[in-house]
Amino acid sequence: MIEIENITKSFGPLEVLKGVTMVVKKGEVVSVIGSSGSGKSTLLMCINGLEPINSGRILVDGLEVHAPSTNLNTLRQKIGIVFQQWNAFPHLTVLENVMLAPRKVLGMNRQEAEAFAVKNLNHVGLGDKLAVYPSKLSGGQQQRMAIARALAMSPHYMLFDEVTSALDPQLVGEVLDTMRLLSSEGMTMIVVTHEMRFAREVSDRVAFMHQGRIHEIGPPEQVFNTPQQPETVHFLKSVL
Amino acid sequence: MLDTSLTSGDLLFMLKGAGVTLSITFWAMIGGTLLGLGFGLARATANWWVNTALGAVFDLFRSVPLLIQFVLANSFKSIIGLHWSAFTVGCVVLAIYTSTYCAEIVRGAILSVPATTRRAARSLGLSYWQDLREVVFPIALRSALPSWIGLTLGVMKDTSLVLWIGIIELLRSSQIIVTRIQEPLFVLMIVGLIYFLMSFPISLLARRLEKRWQEYE
Repeated sequence: MIEIENITKSFGPLEVLKGVTMVVKKGEVVSVIGSSGSGKSTLLMCINGLEPINSGRILVDGLEVHAPSTNLNTLRQKIGIVFQQWNAFPHLTVLENVMLAPRKVLGMNRQEAEAFAVKNLNHVGLGDKLAVYPSKLSGGQQQRMAIARALAMSPHYMLFDEVTSALDPQLVGEVLDTMRLLSSEGMTMIVVTHEMRFAREVSDRVAFMHQGRIHEIGPPEQVFNTPQQPETVHFLKSVL
Repeated sequence: MLDTSLTSGDLLFMLKGAGVTLSITFWAMIGGTLLGLGFGLARATANWWVNTALGAVFDLFRSVPLLIQFVLANSFKSIIGLHWSAFTVGCVVLAIYTSTYCAEIVRGAILSVPATTRRAARSLGLSYWQDLREVVFPIALRSALPSWIGLTLGVMKDTSLVLWIGIIELLRSSQIIVTRIQEPLFVLMIVGLIYFLMSFPISLLARRLEKRWQEYE
């Protein structure tokens, strides 16, 4: 379970998160929508400790992320994250990209890591690209590789940060399909997205963020069909 | 046809000088690269005052002509009672000088690795050092190589300045011969050729490496 309790976060004078509270239960898929600059991506970065916070706290399975005693490297093994820019390691093949963390962080031996990497790459449909360097892949394939790379750590949670935003429209579908597959397997996911249809179809709950706060959160039917807040109405009007 | 007083013994003498040139280049590059790695890493990651201090020291070493550094270091070592050979002094001075340039190459290469790539590495649970070793350095190496090769070739030519502290390397050996046989153009052409033959394989190696790495890009 991920418990976000009233967190605030500033970049210099700019307050990006102004008291965000949210609980994500095991097996749940929560989509976070909202306009650019509303703090969605920052929220994800805070959850796995890539960004420090100013106040409040975040608990992942009861462990406080920003407590000084927390080993972030260990914590991050539980939380996979995929970014808008897929961030492949360009000097490694697809297979090596996926094997790196299991070998170095989990201490798997080569055969173990390779077998698991192949399994994960097959899972995202890249089983035929093992020996290829990422530069030879399309954006959608690189993004699926990034998903496999995160899955290779057997995370309990997956965070997706606008993973389709940088893709050509015809490549969006394959990435969303991979995410659908994960959600159908019961993966707990927080998905920051601009894909409203995806949010509606796949999410258990949808959170609307606006100016650093969660203005509305609820089942997709409620948020999309009968939004309670004027800001939500306004936002949905602009994107749908 | 070719009327010259250059003997095979002279040629051998020059080749010996070339050996000295190569060996100073080798040690200066080893020392300069190791120091440069450390300094460059510090420049890329340390806080502002370490950076400012390092930058100032580097500026000093880069602004004072190498020739003066050789002569000064060679004199100082006697004053403080160090029993180093001129060869050692030459290597050490050149290594320090080289390290200041190498540090900038390393710094630039490290900073050229996108922050987002590093964040992805850290998000997988890799520690700071694992990220550096497994992700940052290999990527940085590829972008640093051309400049580093350029530095090596430059250093090889800079070694000629050690003749001022009494080391007989390639250029000095040729001057000795010129003084005797009075055929400066011919001898210098040979010296130039020898420098080329020493530099060219290094460029060639670099080109081959770059080509091999191109498939990643």
